[in-house]
Amino acid sequence: MEIYRAHVLVCKGTGCVASGSEPIMEAFQKELEKKGLSKEVKVVQTGCLGLCELGPNVLIYPEGSYYCTVKTEDVPEIVEEHLLKGRIVERLLYKERDTKERFRSLMDIDFYKRQKRIALRHCGLINPEIIEEYIANDGYRALGKALTEMTPQGVIDEIKKSGLRGRGGGGFPTGVKWQFAADAQGDIKYVVCNADEGDPGAFMDRSILEGDPHTVLEAMAIAGYAIGASEGYIYVRAEYPIAVKRLEIAIEQARNHGLLGKNILGTEFSFDIFIRLGSGAFVCGEETALLASVEGRRGEPRPRPPFPANKGLWDKPTIINNVETYANIPEIILQGADWFSNIGSEKSKGTKVFAVGGKINHTGLVEIPMGTTLKEVIYDIGGGIPNNKKFKAVQTGGPSGGCLPASLLDMPIEYDTLIQAGSMMGSGGMIVVDEDTCMVDIAKFFLTFTQEESCGKCPPCRIGTKRMLEILERITNGEGREGDIELLENLAKSIKASALCGLGQTAPNPVLSTLRYFRDEYEAHIKDKKCPAGGCQALIHYEVVADKCKGCGMCVKVCPTQAISGERRKPHEIDLDKCIKCNSCYDRCPFGAIVKL
Amino acid sequence: MENQQDFQYTRQISQQYPQDKRFLLAILQDIQKEYNYLPRESLYMVQEYMDIPLAKLYSMATFYKALSLKPKGRYIIKVCDGTACHIRASQTLTDEISKILKIAPGQTTSDGRFSLETVNCLGSCAAAPVIVVNDRFYGKVTPSMVKTIIDEYGGIYS
Ligand SMILES: Cc1cc2nc3c(=O)[nH]c(=O)nc-3n(C[C@H](O)[C@H](O)[C@H](O)COP(=O)(O)O)c2cc1C
Ligand code: SF4
Ligand code: SF4
Ligand code: FES
Ligand code: FES
Repeated sequence: MEIYRAHVLVCKGTGCVASGSEPIMEAFQKELEKKGLSKEVKVVQTGCLGLCELGPNVLIYPEGSYYCTVKTEDVPEIVEEHLLKGRIVERLLYKERDTKERFRSLMDIDFYKRQKRIALRHCGLINPEIIEEYIANDGYRALGKALTEMTPQGVIDEIKKSGLRGRGGGGFPTGVKWQFAADAQGDIKYVVCNADEGDPGAFMDRSILEGDPHTVLEAMAIAGYAIGASEGYIYVRAEYPIAVKRLEIAIEQARNHGLLGKNILGTEFSFDIFIRLGSGAFVCGEETALLASVEGRRGEPRPRPPFPANKGLWDKPTIINNVETYANIPEIILQGADWFSNIGSEKSKGTKVFAVGGKINHTGLVEIPMGTTLKEVIYDIGGGIPNNKKFKAVQTGGPSGGCLPASLLDMPIEYDTLIQAGSMMGSGGMIVVDEDTCMVDIAKFFLTFTQEESCGKCPPCRIGTKRMLEILERITNGEGREGDIELLENLAKSIKASALCGLGQTAPNPVLSTLRYFRDEYEAHIKDKKCPAGGCQALIHYEVVADKCKGCGMCVKVCPTQAISGERRKPHEIDLDKCIKCNSCYDRCPFGAIVKL
Repeated sequence: MENQQDFQYTRQISQQYPQDKRFLLAILQDIQKEYNYLPRESLYMVQEYMDIPLAKLYSMATFYKALSLKPKGRYIIKVCDGTACHIRASQTLTDEISKILKIAPGQTTSDGRFSLETVNCLGSCAAAPVIVVNDRFYGKVTPSMVKTIIDEYGGIYS
């Protein structure tokens, strides 16, 4: 391999590609060529670094300098100053929000300092399309160790001892699941990876697949060895084209290196992996529905038991695990169960990746030890709430989870504490909302989602969620009735008790948790026909406060319907017939002269 | 309307797969990708090739959101209504686009140029609210930007 004196890492995760990292990468290549540095400095594409908010992101090694929000115009300066003259371009370095201090290296900044990256250990640091980079970073060593130094039962024992629990939502102990499948009768068994990532506000699995696809392949092969399977399937959302492409490349490379296929690493063990694409149905993330879809059928869930570990793909014993669950496996095999079980808390071991988003300063991907408090994630890592707004709630667990209020910010993030509080760990979506978000609207949002995604097989879910949604729509339209809250609670209870699969059983959670913590907001909608947060369009209108309006005309510029008029420097007015309640003027007015009533 | 030759392609797609039910979804996905929808003629061919009832094909096509029985527009506008985008007011973008194009989500303009869809998280929550036209991303979109974006694709013919 050629030796380079410096590496320029350009993030090509979905977030940064969206903010324009592709032209940046080309600009670096061109500029280095021009300066005759192509042989000394290598440009590398990587997966998500985590701080997507500040993309496009660029890292330069050996210094580890982190340049954020880079524009193509900045590239010549970075090449000239940093790469040619060795002077770091201070002005483009990441700047801490409170202290304004600029940091020379990525790992020093608050956002990373408090994280512990196991599942994301390679994301953003290696080129996901080159297997040698993975191998150079201990890649496939765990597989080698398992195949040559451990028995299949030894692998399972190690995973059991580590205390690893499923990261896909349910939190079932991974080692125990593997044991069931290993003990099940049958010559043919399968390993399946759930990469359907259904939570509508999350992208953890996608980032792992895009940033470090070989980790998942290696882990699946280890799982195959442990349970005695020789085939694996990855079921991935078709909406993730970059992830699919990188997986295809990775599988091809692994086969060429003898790391997949017949007689892996010269042993008796043979294992290969195939990709199956999802087609836009949330319920296909549920394991039995997913298996039906891999078999080429409609993805409808079926009752369990029998569990997939006994009767899975084509009725053969099958283990199905989430992407992030797999991403932990190679590290556990290499570093040992004791190392892993020392991280995290008493009942929840290891780390969890969250896609933190919503009304928060650092939207992005974070991996924290279990037991970290919500407050640490939202304030210390996430940088708090923008625009001096007040924190109102944090939503975890996506459509199956719940909303937690400010009083629970000190709660440690663990499987059991979250469930007790009426939410759940889920797959890792974490959405922060501020005082402008209406909690009834959030509940309606999630219920609309589950209602649309209900496969329709069982009536409690199909009809029950529809009834609940109708009530919520009524309430947010200002037509709520006395008794609606009790009706919601009754429906929720019976759906939870009688739905066939997890989708229906958890669908009422967003409603129940908001009723538990934000009941007064429901009451205000029903009794006073008011939306205290100003989130429900039907219950608010916009007005200009004449005293505060300086007639600057900013609002006129952003209004898409020309609903605002007025002379310069004189108070403006809103034509309520034209106003579509888009909130743009409210956000834009520098003097707070526009109010929602 | 597509010509005969076009539909021959369906045959080619099917024949890449063994005549085994497990490949049905994959075949339909390939056809959808090629034509942007599942033409009736193609479904007949698949029915013949796989030897399964047409009703089964329809049941697949209606279950999976990514499969569509109706032709889609040349430009597919996807408004992200994932959680992060929703709380940053993605709904108003959908409303505004609906108003300009005079179509509801899930519909296509009568001239066949634009389709409007809402989708879940596109993985760019940092740039919420996000819309995607074919493969191009637009981040931190405000209602007043919507018209300019539609104009980039030729706007509406009046
Ligand atoms: C409606 C529904 C949707 C689900 N979606 C996903 C998903 O997108 N990704 C995932 O890994 N697990 C999902 N699950 C959980 C899976 O059924 C299963 O528990 C998981 O894949 C097991 O892997 P783990 O033990 O590694 O978490 C979903 C469950 C339900 C009920
Ligand atoms: S609970 Fe809902 S999604 Fe699950 S099987 Fe029943 S109808 Fe289908
Ligand atoms: S809310 Fe939107 S439409 Fe209404 S006046 Fe303000 S900018 Fe115009
Ligand atoms: S996609 Fe680049 S940091 Fe997340
Ligand atoms: S919710 Fe819209 S990009 Fe994630």
